[in-house]
Amino acid sequence: MTAPDTAAVTSRRIALRLPRLETVAAWLLAIVWIFPLLYAVWAAFHPSAFMVRFDLLAPLTLENFTDAWNQAPFARYYLNTFLLVTGIVAGQFVVCTLAGFAFARFPIPGRDVLFMLVLIQLFVFPEVLIVENYRIASALGLVDTIAGIGLPYVASAFGIFLLRQTFKTIPRELEEAARVEGCGWMAVLLKVYVPLAKPTYLAYGLVSISHHWNNFLWPLVVTNSVESRPLTVGLGIFSAPETGVNWATISAATLLSIAPLLVAFLLFQRQFVQSFLRAGIR
Amino acid sequence: MANRASDRRLQIYGALLLLPAAVLLGTFAYLPTVATLVNSLFLPGFRGAPPEFVGLENYALLIEDRTFWQVARNNLLYALGTIPTAIALALGMALFVNGRLPGRGLVRMAYFTPTVLPMIAAANIWMFFYAPQIGLFNKLLGTLGIAGPNWLGDPAVALTSVIVMTVWKEAGFFMIFYLAALQSIPPELEEAASLEGTGRWSFFWRVTFPLLMPTTLFVLINALINAVRVVDHLFILTKGGPNNATNLLLYYVYENAFSFFDRTYAATITVVILLVLAVVATIKFRVLDRRTHYQ
Amino acid sequence: MSARLPYALALAGLLSAGQASAQAPVELTMYYPVAVGGALTEVIDGLVADFETEHPDIAVDAIYAGNYDDTRVRAMSAVEAGDAPQLSVMFSIDLYELLEQDVIVAFDEAVETDEEREWLDSFYPALMENGRLDGATYGIPFQRSTIVFYWNKDAFTAAGLDPETPPETWAEMAEMAATIREASGGEQWGVMVPSTGYPYWMFQAFAFQNGHRLMSEDGTEVYFDDPAAIEALEYWVSLADEHGAMPGGTIEWGTLRQNFIEQSTAMMWHSTGNLTAVKNEAGFDFGVAMLPMNTQRGSPTGGGNFYLFKDATAEERRAAMTFIRWMTAPERAATWSIETGYMGVSPAAYETEALRDYVAEFPPAAVARDQLEHATAELATYQGGRVRRALDNAVQAALTGQMTPEAALQQAQREADAALRRYAR
Repeated sequence: MTAPDTAAVTSRRIALRLPRLETVAAWLLAIVWIFPLLYAVWAAFHPSAFMVRFDLLAPLTLENFTDAWNQAPFARYYLNTFLLVTGIVAGQFVVCTLAGFAFARFPIPGRDVLFMLVLIQLFVFPEVLIVENYRIASALGLVDTIAGIGLPYVASAFGIFLLRQTFKTIPRELEEAARVEGCGWMAVLLKVYVPLAKPTYLAYGLVSISHHWNNFLWPLVVTNSVESRPLTVGLGIFSAPETGVNWATISAATLLSIAPLLVAFLLFQRQFVQSFLRAGIR
Repeated sequence: MANRASDRRLQIYGALLLLPAAVLLGTFAYLPTVATLVNSLFLPGFRGAPPEFVGLENYALLIEDRTFWQVARNNLLYALGTIPTAIALALGMALFVNGRLPGRGLVRMAYFTPTVLPMIAAANIWMFFYAPQIGLFNKLLGTLGIAGPNWLGDPAVALTSVIVMTVWKEAGFFMIFYLAALQSIPPELEEAASLEGTGRWSFFWRVTFPLLMPTTLFVLINALINAVRVVDHLFILTKGGPNNATNLLLYYVYENAFSFFDRTYAATITVVILLVLAVVATIKFRVLDRRTHYQ
Repeated sequence: MSARLPYALALAGLLSAGQASAQAPVELTMYYPVAVGGALTEVIDGLVADFETEHPDIAVDAIYAGNYDDTRVRAMSAVEAGDAPQLSVMFSIDLYELLEQDVIVAFDEAVETDEEREWLDSFYPALMENGRLDGATYGIPFQRSTIVFYWNKDAFTAAGLDPETPPETWAEMAEMAATIREASGGEQWGVMVPSTGYPYWMFQAFAFQNGHRLMSEDGTEVYFDDPAAIEALEYWVSLADEHGAMPGGTIEWGTLRQNFIEQSTAMMWHSTGNLTAVKNEAGFDFGVAMLPMNTQRGSPTGGGNFYLFKDATAEERRAAMTFIRWMTAPERAATWSIETGYMGVSPAAYETEALRDYVAEFPPAAVARDQLEHATAELATYQGGRVRRALDNAVQAALTGQMTPEAALQQAQREADAALRRYAR
């Protein structure tokens, strides 16, 4: 019985050594992964001459940020993105709650077929249909408005799906208790279902916020002017390589655009990750 | 009788609840889908004339359009290049972060952070890396005495450069799904396996990996959709060049519709994208949902 | 909530406009592009503010819309949505597209006095080429450029070349570039010509220097596969392949200026619109000259023109004319030229004190103007997007070694012919 013993010893030795190797690999990968962002921070806070020259003594400066801020109406872009994101999330909450409730609790004829139709939108999203959606937005007078950017996303199949799942798990007894007290359907929805689905709303809300904060193609197509342009489009136009804008300024502009979401993420990391999980796993 | 009347009321009430969603989905999902199919059968009006019905002529043009085939091939390579790598990295990251690791929270944050950046911002940053001569990568390679490639300007390398950036952006997102799945695997399994003397490597392949299969499929579907849907970075990095080497289907649609003013041809290419997505959807509903059901 | 906000604002705007129509200024909207470095948006905003102070009865909303392509897309999209601007600065070569979409009017319809008719003829004729069709004037030159030759005098000295003598011919440029590359021990490239962004534009310069014009006067035909064009592309490719003086692959339009500033190349071809940015950033002595020649000198003109859009009231049309005349007046043209490096669009601009002094102190500022007599119109045709893309692809395919110049240009010719098949006159 000596042979297995030696094997066990060796395997233990390997087991002891391997994690250390793993730790090194894990950390190396982490450094590689975060490096681009650190680099952008470096570039943004130093004069442009130090873009490709690393020098720990390089002077720090905020000039790139003031340059970026002065060269493009970032304040307006912030406002637009803020209005856009809050508008979309508010709209989604209302529309998807109603639809999710209907699918979860009402005997609508052909319900399953309708639900499958809704789920199709998980695949046929507004970005793919830019050409026709643009025509429709144009016909409805929505081009170059914040509503125009947001409306195609309001009836989100994803949101309807999530809320339907959540509502279905809520026991009927709770609903019946409320109905005995004389509550109408709306009151039941608002007093029983919505409060119990709070975690789902939080998760869906965070996912939706980060998606729309970062969305680019459709806003690019449907906006024309500063009055409606969100941050991503403003940044895209600002930093298109043709303009030959100074790299340090672009770095600063990039950081300006991502800062709010990034800071929120770093502060509420746990909630973000949990939300993506909750919203993703079906 | 009373019951049926109340049933009827419930039905109407339910339908009313559905109405806002139905109107919006109809306007911005179903109507444009149908319109895309219809418009692909027309040619744009010549000099102000109304569009002209031409049947399948656009499809004939499409089949002869070498750029289209190149773009389709690029998109396939892009999917093949991004998806397996991103999935493998995501799995590796999840295993790292799931184990006992000093500074686990920091490492997880590093992996996940690229996910919260807009693609446009990521592209801006990578643009500085990829610039030949003065970009960071070639400066670093230069100090090692290696003449770096023209990352975005050489058709043989450009698509790979775009793929690398996409993998960087996406892997952390997929990681969290693997992480959740790993955490739901009962630790007793591993204890039992190590008692039996199963090595970690074979434990991973024989137990962990199969248990993660539903997650892998879920991630795969998401990655497939993203490979078609996200072309934001092309606007900054390459504009589809050089010589269409990095052009992807959706970007080609954008070009045709908005640079060439050829909306009907753009619609025809959109139909192809819709077909691809239909295949993905079928896979999802037919294969995946047998495992992770919806009810 | 947020969805309603823009409407509410718009409504408020309409109401207030209705109430105060007597004194309310005429409101104009214009889109404009920026395609070269520097904070040009600030310059435009400054000019607009000055104009509004001088003309309190006119308010101009100048919208920066990205590069030339973006600007076309944005303006067309606004027209389609029923919200057309009254005027815009757009690519000079967008003329055919704009005519085809029937969204612009000729300035000949808008001018009222003899003075204004004279004004139409006050610009450099070479700059009017892209703006005129069938005897009517549709585009008034504003941010106009040619391609000029920038060279790093310090690098010339270091390589043992005369820093004051730029290359005169193709052969000289190739030779000098190779010398510099060699003298720097491979640290520095000899020359860079950008091949993304606007490759067709650079190629036009090579072709014209070889005595060849790439398109017909009426924008319905192109001549890409002519032997002179093929020879021009072969020369461009040879700079990297034979002379080893230019890096292989494509060269990014946007980062090229940075390359020059960082001294990673000793010479570059670039828009004169970059001149002021280079002047402000270069930490070495540099010069600007006309492009080298083969059989003749030459550069295409480039850049943006003012267009008048169809959908405007008589009052707005007048206000737009006032604004365009103000913006292109010699003093503004001089300011604009000094701030950016773009050309002063009229001979009178170079006679202003400001620009005369500037040119005296900084002679490179006059190179683009002097080159005008060798200039040709920029590539403009119907189906311009597709035709230019075909040529862009050919240039890139040749430069990256995917195809020979001949095969690449023949393919581009076929693609352009297909795009133009409905336009033959």
